[in-house]
Amino acid sequence: MGTYNMDLCNCIEPPWPADELLMKYQYISDFFIALAYFSIPLELIYFVKKSAVFPYRWVLVQFGAFIVLCGATHLINLWTFTMHTRTVAVVMTTAKILTAVVSCATALMLVHIIPDLLSVKTRELFLKNKAAELDREMGLIRTQEETGRHVRMLTHEIRSTLDRHTILKTTLVELGRTLGLEECALWMPTRTGLELHLSYTLRHQNPVGFTVPIQLPVINQVFNTSRAVKISPNSPVARLRPAGKYMPGEVVAVRVPLLHLSNFQIHDWPELSTKRYALMVLMLPSDSARQWHVHELELVEVVADQVAVALSHAAILEESMRARDLLMEQNVALDLARREAETAVRARNDFLAVMNHEMRTPMHAIIALSSLLQETELTPEQRLMVETILKSSNILATLINDVLDLSRLEDGSLQLEIGTFSLHSLFREALNLIKPVASVKKLYVTLSLSPDLPEYAVGDEKRLMQVVLNVVGNAVKFTKEGGISISAFVAKAESLRDPRAPDFFPIPSDNHFYLRVEVKDTGSGVNPQDTPKLFMKFVQSQPLAAKNSSGSGLGLAICKRFVNLMEGQIRIESEGLGRGSTAIFIVKLGIPGRSTESELSFIHKGPGIQAKPNFSGLKVVVVDENSVGRMVTRGLLVHLGCDVLAVASGDECIRVVTHEHKVVFLDVTLPGTESFEVAVRIHEKFAKRPDRPIIVALTGNTDRTTKENCLRVGMAGVILKPVSLDKMRSVLSDLLEHGYLVESQ
Amino acid sequence: MDVVKQLQRQFIDFSTSLYREGFVDDQFAQLQKLQDESNPDFVVEVVSLFFDDSEKLVKNLAVALEQQVVDYKQVDANVHQLKGSSSSIGAKRVKDVCVAFRSFCEAENHEGCLRCLHQVSHENSLLKNKLQTLFRLEQQILAAGGTVPVLE
Repeated sequence: MGTYNMDLCNCIEPPWPADELLMKYQYISDFFIALAYFSIPLELIYFVKKSAVFPYRWVLVQFGAFIVLCGATHLINLWTFTMHTRTVAVVMTTAKILTAVVSCATALMLVHIIPDLLSVKTRELFLKNKAAELDREMGLIRTQEETGRHVRMLTHEIRSTLDRHTILKTTLVELGRTLGLEECALWMPTRTGLELHLSYTLRHQNPVGFTVPIQLPVINQVFNTSRAVKISPNSPVARLRPAGKYMPGEVVAVRVPLLHLSNFQIHDWPELSTKRYALMVLMLPSDSARQWHVHELELVEVVADQVAVALSHAAILEESMRARDLLMEQNVALDLARREAETAVRARNDFLAVMNHEMRTPMHAIIALSSLLQETELTPEQRLMVETILKSSNILATLINDVLDLSRLEDGSLQLEIGTFSLHSLFREALNLIKPVASVKKLYVTLSLSPDLPEYAVGDEKRLMQVVLNVVGNAVKFTKEGGISISAFVAKAESLRDPRAPDFFPIPSDNHFYLRVEVKDTGSGVNPQDTPKLFMKFVQSQPLAAKNSSGSGLGLAICKRFVNLMEGQIRIESEGLGRGSTAIFIVKLGIPGRSTESELSFIHKGPGIQAKPNFSGLKVVVVDENSVGRMVTRGLLVHLGCDVLAVASGDECIRVVTHEHKVVFLDVTLPGTESFEVAVRIHEKFAKRPDRPIIVALTGNTDRTTKENCLRVGMAGVILKPVSLDKMRSVLSDLLEHGYLVESQ
Repeated sequence: MDVVKQLQRQFIDFSTSLYREGFVDDQFAQLQKLQDESNPDFVVEVVSLFFDDSEKLVKNLAVALEQQVVDYKQVDANVHQLKGSSSSIGAKRVKDVCVAFRSFCEAENHEGCLRCLHQVSHENSLLKNKLQTLFRLEQQILAAGGTVPVLE
């Protein structure tokens, strides 16, 4: 459209003469082009204004300008078809120049712009792809999260109960709900382990007992892996619904390990090898064209594991509940038993308490009166009757006594009742009691008491009498002819140490003596081998004996217990059957008047084993003019562990005694009052102090005056010389414990 | 071993005879009990002391009784001492004589006292011999490597 002819016109001189038609068409085209050129930028501006996002405004303006100018050029061209003035030409020229400039600039700019625009496009595409991808991923995450949520919820549901059935039911229900299943079933192994039994289903409330053998390949396949396995809907385990016309949905099966208590070892994880599994079968709805997705399978696997754990917990709980119930039952039973036992013991004790007195009294009356009756004039029948009465009542009396005593002895509740009694009268009474029975059998009874036997003794008179009676009674019982001789004497030191009784360690002392009683009979004797058995409870060594050898077999056992309590010893010697026997027992009795009651420890102390009180370092003073006596007393105290200062005179004693000395042994054998003055002066020396030494008198004199004098001058006690070791020991204990002698001599 | 057993047997027999014949009584046994590791020769010491003492007393008594005018109080005092000593070691026979002696003293029976004195002296010597034998046996046992048996 450019022309070089600036003078006249802008149009190119056509090589041929201007055709009017052609000019007309040109004219119209130019017009429309101009129109278009003007309207396009307008449209652009309009739309750009409308949308605020377009980033290349500047380009648009340029473009707009370019188009406008082009349009302008073409418009102006309209006037150049005819003759036109110079102004028009100028305007035209200007327009053309501007257009040229702008279009070149635009062209140049487009070189930059178009790649940009293109890349925008690609970026847009890229972003769109990315967005799509993100969307997909978001979808995935959401599903996973949902799965997780479902699992948590399921687990929560499953674990919120400890009841087996609830667990399983809940599992199925929740799974069904979460996954939208058509059917969900659980097959449990039977007891034999050879079959699977349909235990729970989702839809059917009470599944009819389907069972399938456990060795099916499909089942093995499922059991061999911990993953959920897709199985055919036609397999026996999946055929749960009546075969319908519908296309069954996909079925998945997973194993549920049934953990046993025994599987849990302390150090290892549970062994999964010796396992029983249950089978869980899940069916998607038929005709839904749904497929099992991976995350759903994972969900199923997780749930299966959780179920296993929950079940095992439930099992453990069941176990422990059962054990606890059992224990409670046992407890109740034990308690009952204990109470019954207590009641029984109490009843027995009450019974014994009553029997003790009530039964014995009449018994003795019967026996005594019967024997008296025997002495009177009787017809033979009457005599026979009385004899029978006597025999029977004797037996009964013995039985009563034995049973009563033995039960108390066995309790350990028996304690000896110590008292002073007359030995002589004890034996005489025993003799009197046994005489009737013996005379019935025409046996003689002799009693010989040794002259050195003390008149009185300290001990349990009743029990000793029982022992004597028992032994003598026994002798009478087993003697058919001849008689019994009883002898009692004081056992001497050497006779105490009997080689036949090696466990017997009598400790002689001057407050006790050992009474030895021998009862010799001419009766049926005992086999020497049986002699130890005689003292065992309820053992009768003569099972084939005659009718009169009745008895509970308790008598000698009781005797042995009593004798042991009295720190003694009992045995029976016999040379054999038919040669008679001798019962020998030794008991420890106290000498009245010469011993303190507290020394007679009969209650369950071992013979001779006395606790050694600790006097070590105890500072004492011994005052004795007699050198021998002094040395002996000193030796005695040193042996007991004291720190002894021995002086020969009262004066020296006063000089050396200090507040550290706890006891002063003052020999007052001297006639006269010198020794007493010593005591007085010692008291004066320590008048002010609370810890003054205790003064004890040693004397060979037993008369009252000495004792009174000693006590008057404030001595703590009087000891008779010679002093034995035991005596000194107990004196020291007494002094230290009480500050005075409990019983002075 | 045999020797020891034999000696021990002898010792036991001898000891028992001493007791049986009344030479010694329980108190002597008590003395033997006081003998231990810290006091190994206690009995011997006491016995020696006794014999020293008793011999002295006997001499005093002899002197006292030889006087023209016998001071029975003095005699009594001595006898009392002797009685005390003998009872302290358990010399039974000696003590018994002393008891008799004292009654004679009280009665101021010269004859009786003299008799008792002789008896005392005699018993003393007897006892001394017996105890010396006993101690010798003890030594022999110990020398042979055994232990001295304890009598109950």
